[in-house]
Amino acid sequence: MTAISKVIGQRVALGALTLWIVSLIIFAGIQFLPGDAATEILGQSATPETVAAFRKSLGLDLPFYIRYVDWLWGVLHGNFGNALASGRDISEAIRPRLVNTLILAASAAAISVPLALCGGVVAALYRNTFIDRAINVITLTWISFPEFFVAYILILILAVHAGVLPSLSDVDPNTSIMGRVETIALPALTLSFVVIAHMMRMTRTSIVTLLGNQYIETARLKGLPEWRILVSHALPNALAPIANVVVLNLAYLITGVVVVEVVFVYPGLGQLIVDSVQKRDIPVVQACSLIFAATYVMLNLTADVLSIVVNPRLMHPK
Amino acid sequence: MDKWDTSLTSASGVSRRRFLKSAAAVGALAVSSSGSIFPAVAQSATAKKGGHFKIGVADGSTTDSLDPATWSSSFTETFGHSLHGYLTELDPDGNLVGELAEAWEPSKDAKTWTFKLRKGVEFHNGKTLSAEDVIASINHHRGEQSKSGAKTIVDPIEDIRSDGPQTVTVVLKQGNADFPYLLEDYHLAIMPSKDGSADTSGVGVGGYVLDATDFGVKASSKRFANYWKPNAAWFDSFEILAIHDVAARTTALSTGQIHAMDKCELKTLHLLERNKNLKISSLTGTQHYQFPMLVDAAPFDNVDVRLALKHAVNRQQLLDTVLYGYGQLGNDHPISPSNRFFAKDLPQREFDPDKAKFHLKKAGVSDLKVSLSAADSVFTGAVDAALVYQQDAAKAGITIDVIREPSDGYWDNVWMKKPWCTTYWAGRPTADWMFSQVYAADAVWNETHWKNPRFNELLVAARGELDDVKRREMYAEMQLLCRDDGGTVIPLFANYVSALSAKVGHNKIASNWEWDGYRCAERWWFTDV
Repeated sequence: MTAISKVIGQRVALGALTLWIVSLIIFAGIQFLPGDAATEILGQSATPETVAAFRKSLGLDLPFYIRYVDWLWGVLHGNFGNALASGRDISEAIRPRLVNTLILAASAAAISVPLALCGGVVAALYRNTFIDRAINVITLTWISFPEFFVAYILILILAVHAGVLPSLSDVDPNTSIMGRVETIALPALTLSFVVIAHMMRMTRTSIVTLLGNQYIETARLKGLPEWRILVSHALPNALAPIANVVVLNLAYLITGVVVVEVVFVYPGLGQLIVDSVQKRDIPVVQACSLIFAATYVMLNLTADVLSIVVNPRLMHPK
Repeated sequence: MDKWDTSLTSASGVSRRRFLKSAAAVGALAVSSSGSIFPAVAQSATAKKGGHFKIGVADGSTTDSLDPATWSSSFTETFGHSLHGYLTELDPDGNLVGELAEAWEPSKDAKTWTFKLRKGVEFHNGKTLSAEDVIASINHHRGEQSKSGAKTIVDPIEDIRSDGPQTVTVVLKQGNADFPYLLEDYHLAIMPSKDGSADTSGVGVGGYVLDATDFGVKASSKRFANYWKPNAAWFDSFEILAIHDVAARTTALSTGQIHAMDKCELKTLHLLERNKNLKISSLTGTQHYQFPMLVDAAPFDNVDVRLALKHAVNRQQLLDTVLYGYGQLGNDHPISPSNRFFAKDLPQREFDPDKAKFHLKKAGVSDLKVSLSAADSVFTGAVDAALVYQQDAAKAGITIDVIREPSDGYWDNVWMKKPWCTTYWAGRPTADWMFSQVYAADAVWNETHWKNPRFNELLVAARGELDDVKRREMYAEMQLLCRDDGGTVIPLFANYVSALSAKVGHNKIASNWEWDGYRCAERWWFTDV
């Protein structure tokens, strides 16, 4: 167990450092963009006086390092501040969006992870046969199309022609569970199609590379059926690389789905961060970026812990 | 011949043949602008109560708010009109009628305006409308600290005071015959006064009561039981969704998830027209696309260079390619064909490379090379429009270097800074408003730095003139000055193109703003409830 706690301790410290660097880069990056919140929100209707009044009321007339230190001080005290444009409390603005994003990611993962693992095992079991090739061709086809194209095809078939699922993912906190399942079915399916191939291929490859090992041969000589060899002997040893790929895809499902959100008009974090970057609403962009960065840090940590847990040599080092 | 007709022939050297040709074109334009392509007829007799009305608009952002001072998107403006009332209202024919103001009276110099408020109008919170609410709502946009989009509208107000609970008197710094029109502006919603300042929490006197908002996503409101206006606000509830992706809007409409959408994709509109469950509305409003030049920067400081460029653009081709025909030709002035002071007799300027060459020669420029800055965020197809312009101008021996600018920060870094760029204006309902905000010498948005003494003299004179016949003459001359001396090329007026479910009923749709003057929730109804 000491190995695990040491890894976790190190990773958490490194993660905090990463988050700090991310916040610095994002803050500086937004400074380099043309315009600021005042000019972007007022747009064509800006006059020099209204811009000046806007800047003053938001504190944008202060130098940027002072604003950064102010912001950092607030965050260290657990206060992410208020959105520049609307003056709303950021945690309140972000919470429903984060919940939506997590629900969509979880649904997509619930569809795609089991399918990908089963598909990988089946493909490995019947490797180099017609079944293996068919699974490969189907999943690689899905991943080869841009995700908005997959989305439009699904909308055309399931929403326009069949009329069974809605093309708009119109959800709010009052939507019932069944309502949610129905409204997010199409985006969840789209995302699943996009991430399945990667995980499935990794599962298949990891298993197949292990099949030359002596313990697999021993298991075969014992007379075990092939599927048991794969599931109980090869799969546990292949878990570390598979876990890594699954985790990377989960991170993608949380942070990289803005295109799908736009196509289905789903109110997730991606839309929020795009809106906020356009309006130079730095506190909101910072908070969203930190959530995204923290997601990567935490999921990577999970992958590392998992690969230690499933490997006795790492669990009990000499 | 009128005064401006003679000046026209002398200023631009129009031959008789050409003049007739362009006059014919204007005639054709007037015919086509008079009707929309709507099959619908007046249906008010069948208006029914009920239903949940849901629309999808192309904008709306998480940074929006309920404070009318911040409104700058169709989302907030259309939703805002469901909650709020205004002092005045433009009817579908473009006539100004009273809404919360029952009647108004100017002084002789049009400097002091007295408004009589309607009696028995109730706010959603039970308060009765009185003069103090109106004053607080207008003052909300005034003052040094104001960040309001309506600041330039209320700046000319010297003083605003009440004479009893139902009377508001406004004193202006200068006479303005159009002042009641300005009060129709979507920022100037009437809010209840709370401790002397306006309450921006969304309480209004409108037909619907605020239900829920999630800005950047959707907002909803429910019918107000004590709404004062008869025969209005037919729906039980109203919901507006922000759907930025045009394909998503179109699919949502054709699968029945929403009942109306704005900003249809023009490229595929002919396919949408085939759908029998939908109807398309295409209306010429005040929205126009333009190429403003800074007239104090060489070579645009020479009026002949400007005229050469104005003759070097093929407007019909731009209309056909950029707008797929859903618009009207512009005549290098910002007054829309639907405006009551539109100069109908002013000949339409056409593509004429020879005329362009003539003006170049007159300017003493043999080889004109200019840069044109464009970005697609300004209007859809802006960069393509600039490229079409480049091809046309080449035929007149003018080299246009099209610079594709980043969309981000365009209004801050390119507009009014680069000598020649692309812009659009949603336009304004009155000629004075449009001219004062963008063409007056001292206007903050005078995007060409054009300072024509005669134009500015007429602007002030027409503003204070209460005689419509005299005003018409003045505005006609100002449109001519804009066209022949001004710094901007205005090739197109773009239509508002939206699509509605066939079961949505309505009368003639107003074209002063999108969404039936932003009043769709109040004016439309379902035919099948």
